[in-house]
Amino acid sequence: MAEPTGVEASDRTFGEVVLKMDSIEVGFGGVTAIDNVSFDVRRGEILAIIGPNGAGKSSMLNCINGFYKPRSGSITFKGKTMKAMDPHYAASNGIARTFQNIALFRGMSTLDNLMTGRVLKMKKNFLWQCLYWGPAQKEELENRAYVEKVIDFLDIQAIRRTPVGRLPYGLQKRVELGRALAMEPDILLLDEPMAGMNVEEKQDMSRFILDLNEEFGTTIVLIEHDMGVVMDISDRVVVLDYGRKIADGTPAEVRANKNVIDAYLGVPHED
Amino acid sequence: MFYREAGIFKTSYAADQALFRIPIDKLFVIGLIAFAFIVIPMIGNEYWLGSILIPTLILSIAALGLNILTGYCGQLSLGTGAFMAAGAFMAYKFATNLEGMPIILVILLGGLSAAAIGVAFGLPSLRIKGFYLAVTTLAAQFFLLWLFQKVPWFVNYSMSGVPTAPPREAFGFLVTGAEASPTARYIFVLGFTVVLGLLASNLVRGRIGRMWMAIRDMDIAAELIGIKPLQTKLSAFAVSSFYCGVAGALWSFCYINTVEASAFDINRSFTVLFMVIIGGLGSILGAFLGAFFIFLLPIFLNSAPGWFGLSIASETIAHVEFMTFGALIVFFLIVEPAGLARLWGITKEKLRLWPFPY
Repeated sequence: MAEPTGVEASDRTFGEVVLKMDSIEVGFGGVTAIDNVSFDVRRGEILAIIGPNGAGKSSMLNCINGFYKPRSGSITFKGKTMKAMDPHYAASNGIARTFQNIALFRGMSTLDNLMTGRVLKMKKNFLWQCLYWGPAQKEELENRAYVEKVIDFLDIQAIRRTPVGRLPYGLQKRVELGRALAMEPDILLLDEPMAGMNVEEKQDMSRFILDLNEEFGTTIVLIEHDMGVVMDISDRVVVLDYGRKIADGTPAEVRANKNVIDAYLGVPHED
Repeated sequence: MFYREAGIFKTSYAADQALFRIPIDKLFVIGLIAFAFIVIPMIGNEYWLGSILIPTLILSIAALGLNILTGYCGQLSLGTGAFMAAGAFMAYKFATNLEGMPIILVILLGGLSAAAIGVAFGLPSLRIKGFYLAVTTLAAQFFLLWLFQKVPWFVNYSMSGVPTAPPREAFGFLVTGAEASPTARYIFVLGFTVVLGLLASNLVRGRIGRMWMAIRDMDIAAELIGIKPLQTKLSAFAVSSFYCGVAGALWSFCYINTVEASAFDINRSFTVLFMVIIGGLGSILGAFLGAFFIFLLPIFLNSAPGWFGLSIASETIAHVEFMTFGALIVFFLIVEPAGLARLWGITKEKLRLWPFPY
């Protein structure tokens, strides 16, 4: 991290607000995991959510794609305001995600995992599928063609037919990203995409994220603990601490924010 | 099989997605089916066709059904026998109350009725998982058998309570009931097995199969991808019960020739479950391997001493048979917990590298 890249990032232009989280509160029993947090996501940006462990980052992603229902607050997605997201609605309207602990379908091959990402794009009914013929076969092949594009993009041709349970960790993370990409998402939620990776794998993953954002215009919301990566690739950073939002701005602003330094980094950041 | 993929190149996704990706595989399966249809009826005697192959094929259909539910969708079920009984009794009702109905349709309707019942008993699967779900399907097992035994409507108020399967013809041959020739019944059952086997392999490699496996492997991720858990699980229950129902109807109509609940007790459920586990969960091939293994092994153990000229008292043979059978099951599960189908896959992988496995 030779110099801050926030300056470059600020030259980029973004579209309208595609997702608006308004006064979200999430609790489990007596614990309040997220307390009155609001932020918005603009089309085409890379937004990082950071914060210490237990700050509510993953819970926030879970709210965005409907796995958790907020106690209060509202979510506005593509102009529609709702109290809580429904997982199926989120998936069919272009929200895809990866998980902190890899949540691949371990018994299936890489190809089948990616094809599973396409289930919502496939409509042919059950009887056609029994026959695997005519329209159903045509549909399979069209989706296969799309999945192959994702495979090419991620450079995982060689492991197409390998059961994902046998793959090394870094590749599993990549396949999981591929599964999310197969859904043709508008918003991609990445929960610690670089956790447990070595430097090279992190570089690869960062490159994929930037390429995705540039080539396909995918909006990306990511949670990451590697500050170097976060500051380098994100356009905007939201900082959570104990379920509250303590900062929201460009990497340069956040880096200079007194609250963030106190709460999260602990010491003044110098490198 | 014992040959390699080398030199086989695919130039289209259609070829790569084909059911048999290697041409010789396809030839082998077609050859096997042709052998089963043409040669076996000629060389097989009444005992082999009527008492061994017919029940094995029927149980393979049931094992396919249970494998779809347990192996592919991950929902443990002990209600196989009940769903088979539902198929048998409903097919009997259709066959006797609607005289002119073709027997193939009767059996399919039996399967569809079993599917409807399966869906009803699959409803708890949304909330209940694993062993607890197995216990709720056990409820289906006991409740349905009790129902079929206690309500005389199901057996058309027959005095004995165990009506015989009505004789029916398909394509001009008598295929059901005691008077039908074993050859005709065998071909009839084989036809069902082949068609249902092909349909099952198509299902599991397509969209719905991937949805089932997604639910099995990681239900939360599946839901966030947009797969609806309840519908997907219920579809697995429906397809699985359909297969079991068809198997049950065939069991009553083509094998034991009577419609009775006691043929579908909890032991039947366990037998089919063992077939699926031994054969390989989540494998179509495994369903067949398991059915043949579990059904044929005791017969083999029973007759093997005779082949070597050993005369052993029949009770001793029975005991040895049980012991060997149990030991073999334990042996196979230790060698390969994922079943015979996986063992087969590993053998193929090793042979591919042989004799230079480096």
